[in-house]
Amino acid sequence: MDILSLFVIVPILTVLALIFAKNLKQARIVSLIGMAIQFAMAINLIFAYIKERAVNTDIMVFTKDVLWFGTFNIHYSIGVDAISVVMIALTAIVVLAGVFISWQIDDLPKEFFVSLITLSAGVFGFFISTDLFTMFVFYEIAVIPMYLLIGIWGSGPKENSAMKLTLMLMGASALLSVGIFGIYFNSNADGGPLTFNIFEIAQVHIPVAAQNIFFPLVFIGFAVIGALFPFHTWSPSGHASAPTAVSMLHAGVLMKLGGYGVFRIAMYLLPLGALSWTNFFLILSAIGVIYGAFGAIMQKDLKYVNAYASVSHLSLVLFALLMLNKTAWTGAIIQSLSHGLLTALFFALIGMVYGRTHTREIAKLGGIMKILPFIGAVYVITGLAYLGLPGFSGFVAEMNIFVGAFEHPDMFHRIITIVVISSIVVTSVYILRMVGKIMMGPLADETYKDLPKATWFEKVGLVLLMIPVLFIGTMPLGLSEMIKASIQPFLERLL
Amino acid sequence: MNLESFLLMRSEIGLLAIILFLLIFELFSNQKQKAAVIPLALFLLAINTLIGFLPLTEGELFGGMFKTNALLVLFKTTLSFGVLILLLQSADWLKEKIVAENKATEFIILLLSSLLGAFYMISAGDFLMFYIGLELTTLPVAALVAYETYKRKSAEAGIKYILSSALASGTSIFGISLLYATTGTLFFDAFAEVITISNLSILGFILFFSGLAFKISLAPFHFWTADVYEGAPINVASYLSVISKGAAVVILMIVLFTAFKTLMPIWEKIIYIVAIATMFVGNLFALRQQNLKRFLAYSSIAQAGFILLGLLSADQLGSATVVYFVAVYIFSNLGAFGVVQAISSASNKENIDDYEGLYRTNPYLSLLMMLALFSLAGIPPLAGFFGKFFLYAAAASKGYYVLVFIGVVNATISLYYYLLVVRAMFLRKNPDAIPYFKSKIYMKLGLLIAAAGILILGLYSPFYEYIFSISNSF
Repeated sequence: MDILSLFVIVPILTVLALIFAKNLKQARIVSLIGMAIQFAMAINLIFAYIKERAVNTDIMVFTKDVLWFGTFNIHYSIGVDAISVVMIALTAIVVLAGVFISWQIDDLPKEFFVSLITLSAGVFGFFISTDLFTMFVFYEIAVIPMYLLIGIWGSGPKENSAMKLTLMLMGASALLSVGIFGIYFNSNADGGPLTFNIFEIAQVHIPVAAQNIFFPLVFIGFAVIGALFPFHTWSPSGHASAPTAVSMLHAGVLMKLGGYGVFRIAMYLLPLGALSWTNFFLILSAIGVIYGAFGAIMQKDLKYVNAYASVSHLSLVLFALLMLNKTAWTGAIIQSLSHGLLTALFFALIGMVYGRTHTREIAKLGGIMKILPFIGAVYVITGLAYLGLPGFSGFVAEMNIFVGAFEHPDMFHRIITIVVISSIVVTSVYILRMVGKIMMGPLADETYKDLPKATWFEKVGLVLLMIPVLFIGTMPLGLSEMIKASIQPFLERLL
Repeated sequence: MNLESFLLMRSEIGLLAIILFLLIFELFSNQKQKAAVIPLALFLLAINTLIGFLPLTEGELFGGMFKTNALLVLFKTTLSFGVLILLLQSADWLKEKIVAENKATEFIILLLSSLLGAFYMISAGDFLMFYIGLELTTLPVAALVAYETYKRKSAEAGIKYILSSALASGTSIFGISLLYATTGTLFFDAFAEVITISNLSILGFILFFSGLAFKISLAPFHFWTADVYEGAPINVASYLSVISKGAAVVILMIVLFTAFKTLMPIWEKIIYIVAIATMFVGNLFALRQQNLKRFLAYSSIAQAGFILLGLLSADQLGSATVVYFVAVYIFSNLGAFGVVQAISSASNKENIDDYEGLYRTNPYLSLLMMLALFSLAGIPPLAGFFGKFFLYAAAASKGYYVLVFIGVVNATISLYYYLLVVRAMFLRKNPDAIPYFKSKIYMKLGLLIAAAGILILGLYSPFYEYIFSISNSF
């Protein structure tokens, strides 16, 4: 068995094993074992990749190709470059942390872990695929369990949020499928056979008229899950209603599928379409950055704050991708990683606070730090990292993005970049205000004095997420060099 | 012509033999033995289905009235398999309610006769055989729809069905006679060579098409569907939605691709418009349904609209995807109807609201229902996803991107109402949920086969590859 397919097979085996679990204890142990193996494999993959990269200069390494549907030339073809590797590592970390955070889920525990791990199987599959069809299949597998996860284990208006999220994401994937057909039926433009293979299509000169039609379909299809304005509306309500681990996984990993797809499919396969549509989408993503940031300021519910912050930060990823240069793209990838970790941390912390105080309203919280020092400290660190303090991953990402954005000398890009940079200030406002209000200050409620301290599984979950944040923040060079090398072939298509 | 050439009709002859055998069995069995007809019929039908898997040469009989080839044999086997699942699912219902009234044998005979009609209809080589097949498919079902005579709705549905299908058959044969007037032949092959685009032939085609459109319940010929499904016994509704519809779709495809090849510029437009109308009508009406039978009726109308997308690419890809999708659809819909049947016979409940909290009391049934509905909605990795994706691909291969776009929008709409059922079963908690019950062995088997089909037909690609390889027959 090859090293990559295992990333899909292990979750499937875990799900099958879960079917026989009888209670919460067995379910969480099985999930923990499965996801710990997955995590170990992800770490192993990073080192294996570095080793392989030294001798192998192909765009993708560890490739494998199995014919699936010969009629349509559909293959199960897989391979990774640095970008997929870091995304896989991110996913493995967040899923493992998610299992720890869901340690005490009481209602239908077996089904919860089955859905959660099915979702992760879809995400892993998506990141390793190099075939459009296979990728699309995994994408939809990743989306649909969200409906059950939010609908059954969520809170608040969970049924509506779940429905809205599922329909918007599946609607987006419907657009995407039209775009995929457009690419597929134009993949014989140079006389070759029709193909779904990304790297074969990249060799073909798809007519510019077709590119201009299908680029927006593919772009929007992916960008909806990356919270592109005005298609972001599923995200705040979805995140707010979802149970903690699902919010973590969704904001931390699932939304990254959008940026990844835009980068890997939309821009790589339809470069001419990308060039003609960049400015339009650049404006949308800039609106998203600003709108998300101001939206976050206005919220009263902690989860909503974080959800809008996610809209803002992920729009920044799209913004960076649309800048079409190496520095900005490196920033976009690191931003995806950094945001994935930080937002997962935030949601985990909010979940812990909510689980103890039973409120997420900022007005009703205060002085948590005194009662829960561990959670409080991590909260403050996460907040600082989120607003881009040097030394943490957020700074590295944003620095790259804005330097890259400034490489464009023309007026349009300058203005839009300056507008977007101003969002940093707004971000600081809502993060500092939130941290100050709920962590510092006087105790909001006397009953909070007896809140239980962080348990071991909560601590493990948080530390797991915290380590890579510090690692990226303090030693970004190796990572960004690795990513830059992988970006190169993709960038060349646009020049 | 020698006797061996009759082997080409082996599925039909086998089926006929079963029908006759059951008839004789009914005559000579006493009251106690009557219930034995169910396992007997299942056994015989299973054997006949298995025979269908044996290899067979292509050929024609009666001077070209009856044709057969690998694709048709495969499709007949699929239909036969579908009826087998259907009978398994209805065995308990028959045993508990119908045997007591002494009507079980008739039920099976009528069902198999209709299947026989479907076989002849899709094997037709000329319009006459087609018409005989169509009538034979329709008439027994009219009796079946009204089978629960103690229910007023059932009788009403029977009348509705027979009246509207008589009208449809009449329209169809009127169209055939006009077509005969323009070409002077009834054989598809000869017909294809002489037909030209003229006002009369277009009128004839439209009338002919309307009759078939009624069977497939395409908009605007769909009005009977919901009422009849609601009134009919569940397994009959299930039969109407899978077997009768599936056979009609396939013969429509064959006729369009062979006899009416010359008229393609005309029927292309008609199919285009009818596909859009059918998808929207089916999906929008399904949104507000409470009764699951009506719900599945509108969902099956919408599915018929999707199938038309495949017809627009009049080539090997088109016919392969249509046959594949119908096969997948048979399994998915039988899964959904099977669950409705199981729950209805255990608790007499058929509304979506009644399903609230079902997962917590009957997890396996709920899971199967979810699988079936997700397959109908086209969610990977279930078979329905592959079926739909390939249908879109067939339409897109001829450049119908706008239609594909409308199709995917409709698929998203359909996801909403399928999720409503999932929501009731999984998301809601209900202290008065339908209590746990154990399904009997036949029902379990029927549901398991449907579930296996939903899971395997898509992921295991050789099924599609095989269908594609044999669908160049016309």
